[in-house]
Amino acid sequence: MYKMDFSVVLQSWDLFLWGLWLTFAYTTASIVIGVVIGFVVCFGRLSSIPFISLLARAYQEVFRCTPLLVQLLWFYYALPLLLGFSLDNTTAALLTLSLYAGSFYAEIFRGGILSIDRGQTEAAKAIAMSDRQTMWRIVMPQALKRMLPAFINQSVIQFKNTSLISVISVGELAYMAAVVNGQTYRPLEAYTVVAVLYFALLFPMTQIADYVERRLRVSD
Amino acid sequence: MDLSLATNVRPKAADANAGVILEATRLRKSYGKLEVIKGVDLSLNAGEVLAIIGPSGSGKSTLIRCLNMMETPTAGVIRYNGRQVESRFASRSGRIGCGELRRHVGMVFQHFNLFPHKTVIQNICEGPLAVLKEPREAVEARAMDLLAKVGLLEKRDVYPNHLSGGQKQRVAIARALAMRPDVLLLDEVTSALDPELVGEVLEVIRALVQDGMTMAIVTHEISFAADIADRVVFIDEGVIAELGSADDVIHKSGSARLRAFLSRFHS
Repeated sequence: MYKMDFSVVLQSWDLFLWGLWLTFAYTTASIVIGVVIGFVVCFGRLSSIPFISLLARAYQEVFRCTPLLVQLLWFYYALPLLLGFSLDNTTAALLTLSLYAGSFYAEIFRGGILSIDRGQTEAAKAIAMSDRQTMWRIVMPQALKRMLPAFINQSVIQFKNTSLISVISVGELAYMAAVVNGQTYRPLEAYTVVAVLYFALLFPMTQIADYVERRLRVSD
Repeated sequence: MDLSLATNVRPKAADANAGVILEATRLRKSYGKLEVIKGVDLSLNAGEVLAIIGPSGSGKSTLIRCLNMMETPTAGVIRYNGRQVESRFASRSGRIGCGELRRHVGMVFQHFNLFPHKTVIQNICEGPLAVLKEPREAVEARAMDLLAKVGLLEKRDVYPNHLSGGQKQRVAIARALAMRPDVLLLDEVTSALDPELVGEVLEVIRALVQDGMTMAIVTHEISFAADIADRVVFIDEGVIAELGSADDVIHKSGSARLRAFLSRFHS
């Protein structure tokens, strides 16, 4: 019978802590950049200019229909061959995570905006609002509320997806588990600690998402 | 357009020297291959109440929605106070954009379309604050007056979801009036209401008639239309089939189509 011993593994607490910090940093940064990309692409898709909406659509489909793992490897190993210079793993990881998040956020934003009844737009126009005022004063506040649950959900997925950047040797939490395992030969303990850390951070997030969703439903 | 058709104009406080305020000329509107409005000439005089009646799908809603450019006409011209209206938002060189037009020509919809994320008073103040950029104090005072007028003072801080259909529509009318429009377009404003709630909305409209508000009203409330309208226009298959005083059109017309249409309301 295997005898568990967490003490050996926990001696490397500083590695776990550093991994946790990087996981958190990559998640936050890629969500922030992803939201910006998402908004730009969302309005691109809603554009009445065919070229722009097609371009936005193409970007979205490429990133939604290929695995994030493949994207990471492609940006780190393949793209430099086209560019003629290499990307460090930090840049490649952040770039890929953000583009990946942006493609999904764009769809969430677009769905939220399109879900708002046409009568709202008409009522805004009837009191002489411009298109911009209609969007930002009437449509967007309602759409944001409606897209919030999906947004939180996607962000939880984004948090977990950062574990994939360990394949290009970014020292986030999952990577640190491998490092600690290599030092201690205790995979059960090392990977359990990491799993528990992910769970401890994400479980409250999903609870908050559920709570927000319930609250929003009540006021509808 | 023969203005003398307005035969039963009752004396009104304002606009004694009534002229044409809103006018459609050779108006056409198509959706794809389907032509809904097939060449309509219609004018609305200042201080006048014009009722637009007709069967479902006759194009009456499309017609009234062209009058404030909610629908862009396929052909023909809309004029406001003699100035040609353009579908673009901004006005330029003599022509009036739909943005400026809608400051003067308000609209109330069948399904109210109140802003659910704003309270009753915020709904009413939104236009004057955001569009007309009027000072908040004056706007809120006016909104309170309007709320009193539509009998909903106690609902000022309530969200629309907590109102009945009749209350929502009264707020929607107040919201349109807050812009101090010269013309009000009412598009089947009682059609989505439970029968017992229709009366309270009609009362508000009746009060507007008393005030001399210029209105075009698309409605299925034929007896109400006969009662308040100066003129009635019967739209059938995208053209004006009958136009005249309420009495002439509703009670005296010999048109078979119109008689058949009206007979459905006399049950």
